[in-house]
Amino acid sequence: MKASLTLNKVSNFLGLGLFRTLKDLFANKLEKEDFKNFLRKTIVPLASILLFLGLWNIGAKALYNTEADFKIEKALQNQGQAAADALQVCIASGESSCQPNTLPSPSQVWGSFQSLLRDHNIINADKAAFAEKTAALNKTRIAEGKNAIVYTGRPSFVDQIFRSLKTVFAGFLLALFIAVPLGIFIGLSPTLKSAFNWFIQIFKPVSPVVWYLLVFMIVKTVLIGSADDSSFTISFISVGLCSMWATLVNTAMGVSTVDKDYINVAKVLKLGAFQKIFKVVLPSSLPLIFTGLKITLSVAWMVLIAIELLAQSPGLGLFVWEEFQNGANDSNAKIIVAMFVIGIIGFLLDRLMLMIQNWVSFDKTDAI
Amino acid sequence: MSIITENTSTKSVLDNGLFPSNEVMLDLKNLKKVYPTPKGDYVVLEDLNLQIRKEEFVTIIGHSGCGKTTMLSMIAGLNPISGGNIAVLGKHIKGPGPDRGVIFQSPSLMPWMTSLQNVLLGVNKVFPHASKSQRNDIAKYYLQKVGLEDAFNKKASELSQGMQQRVGIARAFAIKPKVLLLDEPFGMLDSLTRGELQDILIEIWNKEKITAVMITHDVDEAIFLADRVVMMTSGPRAKIGDVLDINFERPRTRKAVLEHDDYYKYRKHLIDFLEH
Repeated sequence: MKASLTLNKVSNFLGLGLFRTLKDLFANKLEKEDFKNFLRKTIVPLASILLFLGLWNIGAKALYNTEADFKIEKALQNQGQAAADALQVCIASGESSCQPNTLPSPSQVWGSFQSLLRDHNIINADKAAFAEKTAALNKTRIAEGKNAIVYTGRPSFVDQIFRSLKTVFAGFLLALFIAVPLGIFIGLSPTLKSAFNWFIQIFKPVSPVVWYLLVFMIVKTVLIGSADDSSFTISFISVGLCSMWATLVNTAMGVSTVDKDYINVAKVLKLGAFQKIFKVVLPSSLPLIFTGLKITLSVAWMVLIAIELLAQSPGLGLFVWEEFQNGANDSNAKIIVAMFVIGIIGFLLDRLMLMIQNWVSFDKTDAI
Repeated sequence: MSIITENTSTKSVLDNGLFPSNEVMLDLKNLKKVYPTPKGDYVVLEDLNLQIRKEEFVTIIGHSGCGKTTMLSMIAGLNPISGGNIAVLGKHIKGPGPDRGVIFQSPSLMPWMTSLQNVLLGVNKVFPHASKSQRNDIAKYYLQKVGLEDAFNKKASELSQGMQQRVGIARAFAIKPKVLLLDEPFGMLDSLTRGELQDILIEIWNKEKITAVMITHDVDEAIFLADRVVMMTSGPRAKIGDVLDINFERPRTRKAVLEHDDYYKYRKHLIDFLEH
């Protein structure tokens, strides 16, 4: 009972009907008329996933063969028949040193995913051992007023995910604290609106890369002489500035288009400016503000990867870039793993925002 | 008062004429409303004169688009006056204010607030020195009066249209305005709910006796509620066409009104006016 309740909750959160009907199927509750529904909501998505994996597999095989043939042909031309035969045997044996480097197959990606998790466990164990080893020393160092020794080893894939989430939330909060108040002022005052309009129109379409460069120029100078690593600061500020526009525009629009009836009520009751904003204007524009915030969060997550890559700030973006530069045998597979992880986290963030939106919004019919 | 003496000189004073100035609550004098359009000015109202006495219930009837709502929103202070003036107790109005409560055509409740919070929004503003529990009591009293004692803490968005309009009535009465302005408040309701709300409105009104001006399309509603029915001519340049005194004693019941001999006479008078 409890398990099915949580399953229901998870399914509601994800907005995918798949789990719910599956649950009904197992609970033997599926009526005949539900069969069509079951087909549409469960079988079709599952089939499309299988089809996707199948096409991917076929495509990867074809690319692999093309690449292998090319390698063998090249060996034949440059080094002669013997080298070509040896390479063919080597490729067929699955030896990692001579594998063609191309789009990985689904099974390779799954393998890389597992190896990344193993790697994470190893690094975690390393960290724990390190902490244990330095615990006593750190205590005396802190007592002496020195900095504690911290683990400086390579971050694991999971660590990178959390770093990315941290950056995106910092950027999102920055966007929230700039765009919502500014949007309210712009929405309330036509004067401010015309003062800011050019600014919004010109800077909204600017690419994340350029925002990064701008923030880099400024932060580099502001933090001059500081020994701390500024890459996190630069990347979260860039993410915030890139992503805040949707919230800014939506907030301003929500505030300036409050239902005239509500404004009339506020006028008749002669509510003061403060009361008018907090009791009437803001609550009624919350749905639009949240639509803006939802777009902001998904834009933030999308540009984050590019910005981390540029800023050399640890996270998924840097992970992808390093794997690409690395060019190891399983690098391509790891990049695809990162792609799925980025996609899934982006999706979950979107659902999270929708949940918060439904929770705070008065208009329940808005929920999609 | 100078306003009243001046009024005698205007040509369009109707036979209902002038009331002693100490009896007048609301005085519209030579009221004019002009909307500028690209093709020149469009005059909605012109030379509109109307006096409404204290504790009087006046209904206003006229064809759609004749400017009834424009007139009411000008009295409410929500629509600027192009010419002439409006006075409440001899004082010219400047913009909206809680001395003129409005019940809008759509309930206009804040959907994210409970019915109690919606009523308190006005009460808090009008009685800032009362204690919190006193203000709560005022709001609850009026919500009880409109039959919503079980829905204090229901969100406005969860209430039916009729229930929402009850909250609208409670909100308007709770701020104890000098004049109550009702802009076709029951126009969007089905006829059964409309009857119920008319009864509720008139019951509270009998108790509070707040001067009321109500716009309606419904001839029966106009007669049932009013001391006087004011008929407006069709626009443009709409003005008061005719005024009909309704001499049923109060408190009235719907049954007694319908059975009264004069009822059909009044009804015929109004319909004759509207059909011309």
